Amino acid sequence: MSAEDVLFDMLHSEIVSYLVSKSAEDEDISILEHLGYSCGWRLIERITKELPRYKEELDILKFICTDFWSCVYKKQVDNLRTNHQGVYVLHDNEFRFFSKLSNGTQYLKSAPKYATFTCGLIRGALENFGISSIVTVEISRMPLCKFNIQVLPSSS
Amino acid sequence: MALCVAVVSKENAPKYVASLNPEDELQIQYEIHSSIDFVEEKLKTGKKDMRELYLGLLYSTENHKVYGYVTNTKVKFFVVIDSSNLLLRDNEIRFMFRKLHTAYTDLMCNPFYIPGDYITSENFDKVARGILTGNS
Repeated sequence: MSAEDVLFDMLHSEIVSYLVSKSAEDEDISILEHLGYSCGWRLIERITKELPRYKEELDILKFICTDFWSCVYKKQVDNLRTNHQGVYVLHDNEFRFFSKLSNGTQYLKSAPKYATFTCGLIRGALENFGISSIVTVEISRMPLCKFNIQVLPSSS
Repeated sequence: MALCVAVVSKENAPKYVASLNPEDELQIQYEIHSSIDFVEEKLKTGKKDMRELYLGLLYSTENHKVYGYVTNTKVKFFVVIDSSNLLLRDNEIRFMFRKLHTAYTDLMCNPFYIPGDYITSENFDKVARGILTGNS
């Protein structure tokens, strides 16, 4: 792990702990998610600069799993599943923000806070591609992490 | 050297327009407006191999030629050049768009810029003016 990755990890965990200590239980999550959203939105503009155009929804999701994920987390998503009706599930077998936390079910209660930013990140990235979605997270055992993406029907 | 540079958002709202001589601006804006239709059509019916961001010549009239470029996120860039200007090659126009795109992504990284706002950034303006005057 290089120095810049450590910086990102530490900044992220500081933001999480700051927001959790500062605000009420419900509020902290939405701020984190919004932070991720705007981050993902801007990041997409930058990463896709040199890339060819994506047309299909599946292509875009594949891009998120490979290029986007390796840009942020230095690894690819381990598994992508879909029902071809707008539901996608991303499996990350070793989610970066969990890898230092625990290797089992300890601290499971606070785990979602550490995945909220990433939910926003995915949602913001998809939004900039013109895909509205709801992203939720499912954690049964760290460091395994599942992101559920529910694509909303587009308004246009 | 171009006559006009414009940025149009994914919702087709103008985000930035700069032109060399203000007298022509109304006419040019009208032409850019028409070219948006060509862009939409190209994106929709475009062949499968339409993978490049640069769209080429979209629209030409007696006086002007409109070139287009669309990013992955559907942000559209337009460059209008004088029809009588035969010195300008395709490659140079590509280069203009490349520069615009770089300036745009830099702008996106500015946390004070709220996506969707009209572009007022001085840095972006400088790049666009550089393209207009040709000494970039």
